[in-house]
Amino acid sequence: MTSRKTFTRRYLGQTALAGATLIGAPLPLRYAAAQTTGNLKVALLLPTSGIQAQIGQACRRGADIANDVFTDMKLPVKLEIVNYDTESKPDVARTQAEKAIDAGCQMLVGAFDSGQTIAIAQVAEQRGVPLVVNIAAAPQITEQGYKFVVRNFPTAPMLITGALSLHKEIFKVSGKTPKTAVLMGVNDTFGTSMVNGIKALFPKLDMPYEIVDTITYDPAAKDLSVEVGRAKATKAELLIPVNRLNDAKLMIQEMVKQRWEPMGVMNPGAPGLYEQDFFKTMGKYSDFLISNVPWLDPKSAMTQSLEKRHAAKFPNDQLDINAGFTFEGLLVAAQAWITAKSTKADALMDALRKTKIDQHVIIGGPIQFDAKGQNVNIKAAAVENLKRKPTVVMPVESAAAPLVFPMPGWNDKRRT
Amino acid sequence: MTADFLLNLAQAIVNGLLTGMVYGLMALGLSVIFGVMRIVNFAHGEMMVVGMYLAWMGFEYLQVSPLLSLPVIALLFFGAGYLLQRSLISPFIGRPEHQQFLLLLAVAILLVNASLAIAGPDSRGVQMESQFDSYEVGPLVFDAVRLHAALAAVAIALLLWLFFTRTRTGKSIRAAADNNLAALVVGLDVRRLYAFTFGIGAACVGAAGALMITIIPVSPFLAVEYTLLAFVIVIVGGLGSMTGALLGGLLIGVSEAVAGLLLQPSLKSMFSFGLLILVLLLRPQGLLGKGSQ
Repeated sequence: MTSRKTFTRRYLGQTALAGATLIGAPLPLRYAAAQTTGNLKVALLLPTSGIQAQIGQACRRGADIANDVFTDMKLPVKLEIVNYDTESKPDVARTQAEKAIDAGCQMLVGAFDSGQTIAIAQVAEQRGVPLVVNIAAAPQITEQGYKFVVRNFPTAPMLITGALSLHKEIFKVSGKTPKTAVLMGVNDTFGTSMVNGIKALFPKLDMPYEIVDTITYDPAAKDLSVEVGRAKATKAELLIPVNRLNDAKLMIQEMVKQRWEPMGVMNPGAPGLYEQDFFKTMGKYSDFLISNVPWLDPKSAMTQSLEKRHAAKFPNDQLDINAGFTFEGLLVAAQAWITAKSTKADALMDALRKTKIDQHVIIGGPIQFDAKGQNVNIKAAAVENLKRKPTVVMPVESAAAPLVFPMPGWNDKRRT
Repeated sequence: MTADFLLNLAQAIVNGLLTGMVYGLMALGLSVIFGVMRIVNFAHGEMMVVGMYLAWMGFEYLQVSPLLSLPVIALLFFGAGYLLQRSLISPFIGRPEHQQFLLLLAVAILLVNASLAIAGPDSRGVQMESQFDSYEVGPLVFDAVRLHAALAAVAIALLLWLFFTRTRTGKSIRAAADNNLAALVVGLDVRRLYAFTFGIGAACVGAAGALMITIIPVSPFLAVEYTLLAFVIVIVGGLGSMTGALLGGLLIGVSEAVAGLLLQPSLKSMFSFGLLILVLLLRPQGLLGKGSQ
C-alpha cells in the first residue's frame, strides 16, 4: 500500500504559518524547535554501576530533574541529557567519553570520581569538547593547563582548608578539643589527594590536635577489621575518615563491633557519611557523625525548586550534594549555551570562561571560573547526622540544629 | 614491649583467626575436589558468589537468615555439583589439564554472566542486627558474625572429617582418591563417587557463600578475587589436604591481620602473596600437602 499526499492550498497555508511562527518565535524557542530534543546535547558520565553505583545514581537524580528546575526558574533552555555509565572504572569512563563524543554530544558533565574524571578530561582535551566537572576533588584536574575543562567543585586543598577550619570552630563552640587524631583514607586518586593534602596543609593550619597515625586501604576493601583495629590501637580521640560510601559503612560497622568510641568522627570533605544508603544501612549508628562539606543552601529559590522537584519525582530518595552538584554542572552547561547561543565547542568554552551564575543551589558565592577553570567561591558547612538526616550545624548563621559534640557512645540513649 | 602493644597484637590475632576460619571453609571445597578427583575447580569463586546470592535472596525475599538458609543452599549445591560432574566434568577426567582448565573457566564465565543478568552489577548485602554485635572476653573483643561463621566453619569441617573417616561412602571416596585403579578392581562405582565428591565440594562452597554474605556484600565481580584467595590458601596449606585448607586459611587470616597492625593495612595482601611465594619456594606441595611420588 502506498500513501499519497495531495499538495493543496490548505497544506501550503499551514506550512507557511508554521514557518512564520518559527521565524517570529523568540530565539531560544527557535533552537528548541530546530532540535526537538534539546538545545544542547550533554553527555552525563557517572558511575551508575559498580562500587560507586549508589552515589552515581544519586548524582543522576539531580540531572533527571534539571530541565524541570530550569523551567521553574524560567531559564530559556532545554538540555538533551544522554546518560553514560562509567561502571566506577577510569578505563570505562574514558571509553564512554569517546563514545559520547562520537554520538554527537556537545558537552560532557561528570564524573563524580577523580580517577574517572581525569580519564574523561584527557579525552575532552584531545577531542576539543568542553567538560564540566560536577564532583571530583583531585587538584591536578585544573592544574594541567587544560583548555576544555572547568570544575564546579572544590579541590582537595580547598575542601581540607574549609573542613579543618570548621574543626576548630566545632571545638570552640563545644568547649571540647581532642588532643590526638587518626587519619584513615581510601587509597584511590581522590583519597590519596586528600590524605596528602591534609598532611601538607596540617602544619600551616595550626590545628589543636596531633595526627598520630595515617591508615590507607584499597577502595574495594571488603573488610576493614584490620584497619579499624590499628586505628583503635592508637587511642586517638578523633577519627578523620576519607571515605567512599561502601567503606564508610564497613568502617562504622567495625568501630561499633570493636567498641571504639572516639570523641568524634569528622570527615574532611569526603562523601560516605551523609549518603542515603549510609543512613539506611547504619540506622542509629549513623547519627552524630560530622561531614565538613559544601552543602545545599536551603535559602536559595533554586534549591527550593530542586527540593520540590526531587521530592515529587523521587519520593523515597534524599536530596544531597551529589544531586546538587550534578544539577549545578548541568546548570553551568545550560548557562553556557544561553550565553553562547551556539553548540560549537569554542563558543561554549568562551561562554564557560565568562560564566557568572548568582542564582544556584550550593552554599557560596556566584559560580565563576578562574583562569584554570576552577570555581573558587564554594564554601564548606559542618553537616552532622541528626535523627538520620544530614543537618547543617555550622557555620552558626546557617545552622538548622545545634551541634552535638563529643559524639555519644554507640549504645548511648540519645541514639534511638 | 608494652602491655598495650601485646593487647593490640592479641586482638589482631583473634581477628585474624576468625577471618582465617572463614577463609579456610571457603577453600575447603576446592581442596576436597582436587584431593579426590585431581581436578582444579577454576569456577570456585564464582560458585561461592552464586551461594552468596542465594543466601541474599532468601534474606531479601523470604526474610530467612543466611545461617538458617545455609543447609538448604548446601543441599542445592550438592545436587547441582553432582549433576555438573556427571554431565560435564566426568568426560574431562583424565584429559590434559589445559582442557579441564578451559572447561571450568567457561563454567566460571557462565556463572558470572548469569549473576550479572539476574542480579545486576550492584553490591547486595544483608542487614542484620548481629552485624554490629561483638562479645567481650576479658580485654579481647570477638566479632559476633565472624565468630558464628568461624564456628559454622569448624562444624562443617568436623562433619566432613566424620563423613570421610566414619562412613562407607567416605571411606570409598578416600580409597578412590588413593588408588583409582584398585578402587575399580574391587568394584567401587568410581564415577558415582567422583560425582558425590564434587557434590560435597560444591556444598562446602555454597555453605561458605551463605556465611560470607553475613560478612561482606556480594557482587558478580567478587568471584575472581575469591578464586585467587582460595588458591593462595590451598597452595599454602597443601592442595588436596582438608586440614591444610583450614591451616592455610588461618595462616593467611592471621598474617594479614598482624601485617596490618605492624606494617600498613594496605600492604596486607602483599604479605599473603609473599607467604605464598615463600611456601612455593621452600615447600611446593604446601605445608600439609603430600609430595609428588
